[in-house]
Amino acid sequence: MTLQMLLFLVLALVAIASALGMLISRNSIYSALFLVLNFATVAVYFLLLNAPFIAVAQVSVYAGAIMVLFLFVIMLLGAERAQQTQSIPWQRPLAISLAVILLLEAGFILLGQRGVVPLVTSELPAGFGSPAQVGTELFQNYLLPFEVTSVLLLVAMIGAIVLTKNEKK
Amino acid sequence: MVSINFYLGLAIILFTIGALGVLIRRNSIIVFMSVELMLNAANLAFVAFARYWQTMTGQIFVFFIMTVAAAEVAIGLALIVTIFRSKDSIDVDQMNSLKG
Repeated sequence: MTLQMLLFLVLALVAIASALGMLISRNSIYSALFLVLNFATVAVYFLLLNAPFIAVAQVSVYAGAIMVLFLFVIMLLGAERAQQTQSIPWQRPLAISLAVILLLEAGFILLGQRGVVPLVTSELPAGFGSPAQVGTELFQNYLLPFEVTSVLLLVAMIGAIVLTKNEKK
Repeated sequence: MVSINFYLGLAIILFTIGALGVLIRRNSIIVFMSVELMLNAANLAFVAFARYWQTMTGQIFVFFIMTVAAAEVAIGLALIVTIFRSKDSIDVDQMNSLKG
């Protein structure tokens, strides 16, 4: 077993355990912190996959900005200890069996290799995934989607302000 | 060099946990976090494919997914705050009417 494989397995264990922790913790704040851990491990995977720019963006955008927003809303609403109401008795077993079916289906497709899976190659062109190459690709081939993204963010910002504006009736 | 199948398998597991969270939890903030987890699993698959095909397109796509996720979180949390104001609860079972 190579060192890279060992690193992969340890990180996979952390990622899956933190995802499950997010799912089952009673306190919403613990869930948010487990999710931050999960995002951080995925960022390490991005580094292993030669995507340093995406890894840093993952830490700063996901684990930083988005999760701070989540924590802020959880604390603002004071809903960190919302009690679990169970009104449909068969919901939980049904959900778990559906998830198991999804997992088996996807695993079957993956193991059966029904799809185009690239061959393993270890050598890469120099500077693959560097910020310079991401920028070049973004502004040469994906300029229009990049500009549309700015409109999307503007609309999201205006939408959030309009939705939470406290109107006096 | 770890085979791409391991990365895809991990992405599948994380996606399934996210889907399970959407189905099982009633707290709408947790449901929302599970959606983020599913997006993140898709990102992992994209970056793995980008690495193994040696093309930047997958990484660019992840960049756009992150932008859309940020916009989605801003709007979604604003909606949750608004719903909490009118219904005093963020339980998804309470959200059964369109009229506030």
